[in-house]
Amino acid sequence: MNLLQFLLGNHRELSDLIMEHLFLVIISMGIAILIGVPLGILLTRRPNLSKPVLGFANIMQTVPSLALFGFLIPLNIYLFHVRILGGIGARTAIVALVLYALLPIIRNTFIGISGVDPAIREAGRGMGMTDRQLLFQVELPLALGVIIAGIRVATVICVGTATIAAAIDAGGLGRYIFRGLRMNDNVLILAGAVPAALIALAADLLLGYVERLLQAGDAIRRESRKILWTAGLVFAVVGIFTVMNLFHGKTSGRVAVGSKDFTEQVILGELLAQAIESNTALAVERRFDLGGSLAHEALVAGEIDMYVEYTGTALLAILKGQPSKDPQEVYRRVKTEYANRFNLEWMKPLGFNNTFAILVRGEDAQKLRLKTITDAAKISARWRAGFGQDFMSRADGYPGFARTYGFHFEEIREMDLALTYRALAEKQVDLIAGNSTDGLISRYGLVQLVDDRHYFPPYDAVPVARQSILKEHPELRDVLDRLGGILSVDEMRKLNYQVDGEKRQAKDVVREFLAQKHLLSEKTLPQQN
Amino acid sequence: METQKSIEFDDVSFRLPDGRTLLSDLTLQVNRGETLVLLGRSGSGKTTTMKLINRLIDPTEGEVRVEGKSTLAWDPIQLRRRIGYVIQEIGLFPHLTVEENVGVVPRLEGWARDQITARARELLMLVGLDPDRFASRFPRELSGGQRQRVGVARAIAADPPVILLDEPFGALDPITRREIQKEFRSLQERLRKTMVFVTHDVREAFMLASRIGLIREGRMILLGPPDDLLQSDDPEARAFAECFHDPQPAGNLS
Repeated sequence: MNLLQFLLGNHRELSDLIMEHLFLVIISMGIAILIGVPLGILLTRRPNLSKPVLGFANIMQTVPSLALFGFLIPLNIYLFHVRILGGIGARTAIVALVLYALLPIIRNTFIGISGVDPAIREAGRGMGMTDRQLLFQVELPLALGVIIAGIRVATVICVGTATIAAAIDAGGLGRYIFRGLRMNDNVLILAGAVPAALIALAADLLLGYVERLLQAGDAIRRESRKILWTAGLVFAVVGIFTVMNLFHGKTSGRVAVGSKDFTEQVILGELLAQAIESNTALAVERRFDLGGSLAHEALVAGEIDMYVEYTGTALLAILKGQPSKDPQEVYRRVKTEYANRFNLEWMKPLGFNNTFAILVRGEDAQKLRLKTITDAAKISARWRAGFGQDFMSRADGYPGFARTYGFHFEEIREMDLALTYRALAEKQVDLIAGNSTDGLISRYGLVQLVDDRHYFPPYDAVPVARQSILKEHPELRDVLDRLGGILSVDEMRKLNYQVDGEKRQAKDVVREFLAQKHLLSEKTLPQQN
Repeated sequence: METQKSIEFDDVSFRLPDGRTLLSDLTLQVNRGETLVLLGRSGSGKTTTMKLINRLIDPTEGEVRVEGKSTLAWDPIQLRRRIGYVIQEIGLFPHLTVEENVGVVPRLEGWARDQITARARELLMLVGLDPDRFASRFPRELSGGQRQRVGVARAIAADPPVILLDEPFGALDPITRREIQKEFRSLQERLRKTMVFVTHDVREAFMLASRIGLIREGRMILLGPPDDLLQSDDPEARAFAECFHDPQPAGNLS
């Protein structure tokens, strides 16, 4: 499927995403201008503030977006009963985008006004202008071109960075990009990136035109300048109004289900959501695709009520605990720790373990009679291995693995995880460390070797929920309990493959699966399939 | 009875925060309707003297009085609106048309729009610029001489009793300067304003001055009618007097 076909076939979703994207950019830029321009003016009046303020804006630009999100989500700051900071969604995305946009605006306002010829400023003062008159009648009009240039730079940056908003469920074209990265699908990546680039270009041209108009001076009369100011003001007011509405919190009486940002997680999120919708009267809000550890942050902050976490990840990445090989013990530890530290409850495990899978080609396994990793280690001296960056670097990854089994490969190739499967199938490498639930395992006919020395820690998938929501809606516990043990590794692989390989919608795949397991009530049984 | 003195300096000194003295012990009076030319080399303290009058700076010692009242007692905004101010050609606002530039002070004073337009056109005529041709142009579309005329028109727009001119014609070519000086002189005779005019061009000083004040390194070394300068024994006065007799147009003593 090529890009054009995809865009035409999905034009409604595409236009929704573009609108979301524009919304984020316009609101963020509006706020950034309302803060940045007055701040820049203030700096020209209090030059000793310029170093700390510009320094701060400078630092904000260098903070990676995921780190910034991680910092913003737990915040809980209200202004007149309107939450202005914290949580997942557009609010936090906008705050981050505003912080990124501030530097060019403040700096150009400061430079533009400071750059006004001192003789002109003195002429104004000598003619009896007050500071305010000097600012509005002389300095700002003369600096306007430079200020607009700063806004232009900030806007183009903002269109680009707004794609990361998808990492915290704030929508925009980033959804396509993240989905594409996750599914290793270039068409999807381009479907997000190309329209975003076009928007950036259009914004650049438009603001470049405004900039020229303002610098031309004689081409534009005071009247049209007035129109510009008025338009800007109306824009700002509408923006603030929209944001105030937007910034109202999560509505009660609903359950918010989250997920991390890869296919399996979206499927599991959909699984929880549909099971709840079908078996309770509660409405479900889906807040999927949360990047990094943001799902955990959002759960702790009460922005979402539940998502599926893996025992090993919780132990190592979140609790920073010592690795352990015993699945039961790990489960018990995270369950107790989460209850004590976060007031979160680990429900029953779903049944599968998403851990590293040491994979070889089916034909090799048969020919060489390989069953366990120990079998492979004996003959590995002439083998080439392909590992993802993650496996090479993490605590439970390659170094310990090689030591435990005594591997000595002829060559190790480090590459993107998604590419290792194909590399193995095409005989460019002979052994890889994949994910045990990856749909590509069955597609390429690969065989997972048994971890006979129990090197890899368990990563059992388990729904984690806020204790308060379970208390508030006891029926949720029943539903989640019924999901215990319903998914084997094989089944998870198949579901993953249906979405990643066959490009089907997660919600359709999940509906079929739940129906098959008799977990859908009558009212929601699929009619069309 | 109003005082005859428009501007008075009483033992005025001005020092920078770093201790450098730009002006010491200056005492002088400017009479109503006269043109005092402050003559001196670049950096001698002429412009500093001028800025003390419209309170762009405050004296560190002594007192400056405008219309009998200390500048420190004036509201600086009110004071400046009663004093026209012309500086070298860069003083025009580049984002405003000629007409808007001329109308700046009347607008600050809250005149009606029609009144401002009428006044601006009247003044453009007065300084020899056809309003129909020039009113809607921008400063960069004018020649240096035209810009200076607009600068003068702007300074007198709200009919201030006092006008300060800081080397207004310094950046012009010698021929244009000569023309505009002549016109300015006839304007002077018609307007009868109190003027303080800063220049380093001794010929300009002789052409326009009722009295000349010669300043050297922050001190007034001579104050009197132009002839006094020619007869003085002071070496600085003689240096300037020589320039006056020099057939070459003087202009770059610095």
